[in-house]
Amino acid sequence: MTSAVELVIAGNSDVVIVRQQVRNSAQQVGLSLVDQTKVVTAASELARNALMYAGGGQVRIEVVNNGVRDGLRLDFTDEGPGIPDLDLALTDGWSTGGGLGLGLSGSRRLVDEFDLESKTGEGTRVTVIKWAR
Amino acid sequence: MERVPVLKLGDLLIVSIQIDLQDQSVLMLQEDLADAIVESRARGVIIDITAVEIVDSFIGRMLSTIASISRMLDAETIVVGMRPAVAITLVELGLSLGGVRTALNLEKGVAMLKERGGADPVAVPE
Repeated sequence: MTSAVELVIAGNSDVVIVRQQVRNSAQQVGLSLVDQTKVVTAASELARNALMYAGGGQVRIEVVNNGVRDGLRLDFTDEGPGIPDLDLALTDGWSTGGGLGLGLSGSRRLVDEFDLESKTGEGTRVTVIKWAR
Repeated sequence: MERVPVLKLGDLLIVSIQIDLQDQSVLMLQEDLADAIVESRARGVIIDITAVEIVDSFIGRMLSTIASISRMLDAETIVVGMRPAVAITLVELGLSLGGVRTALNLEKGVAMLKERGGADPVAVPE
């Protein structure tokens, strides 16, 4: 399966649209209700992060298969200032944006695979996957 | 942007969230509710999230903030109707909603406020 959707995150209402699209795709992949809720919540955190820290970005929502099962991959990219210290950014409670500091660390716990790449001055890319059980 | 209505029932305020919340609606609700508490002299606030499919850290923090604000204005807040999947996700996210009281449904929430003597929802049928 190679159905992919790309969405731009440029404002608050886009966060809602991302959530709705991720919910639809998660249902399509056959994720359980709890797993749907987890991946939609993670998407909400990551979309808001892109908006808050980079002024916006985009997400590619794709159904993937690893040979054994289907999954949902979300690929968030932005061209913001980047994250200087990735370990620190993944620490619970660490925030530079006045939030709770659970966006990155919390979404990592909600998904099966989590990959964070960032270059100072160039941008950030967060890729997550939730596999159907 | 959609606005969440605040309903008055006796000396309770009831907010039932039926929309997919965007951050601005959340912030507006916070202000509307604070104004409504003072204006109506409400002693209790019930926030019904039965229809809410996800609570992320922003919405979670807003629920805590609303509870703190109403406490300052002498009203008790109870969040009712959380879906099981939402509860599981919130805990895994690392958000415990400290300071927010919860009840399984509206009826239990109202009973809880009555017991505490914080509210006398005269208009609520027994």
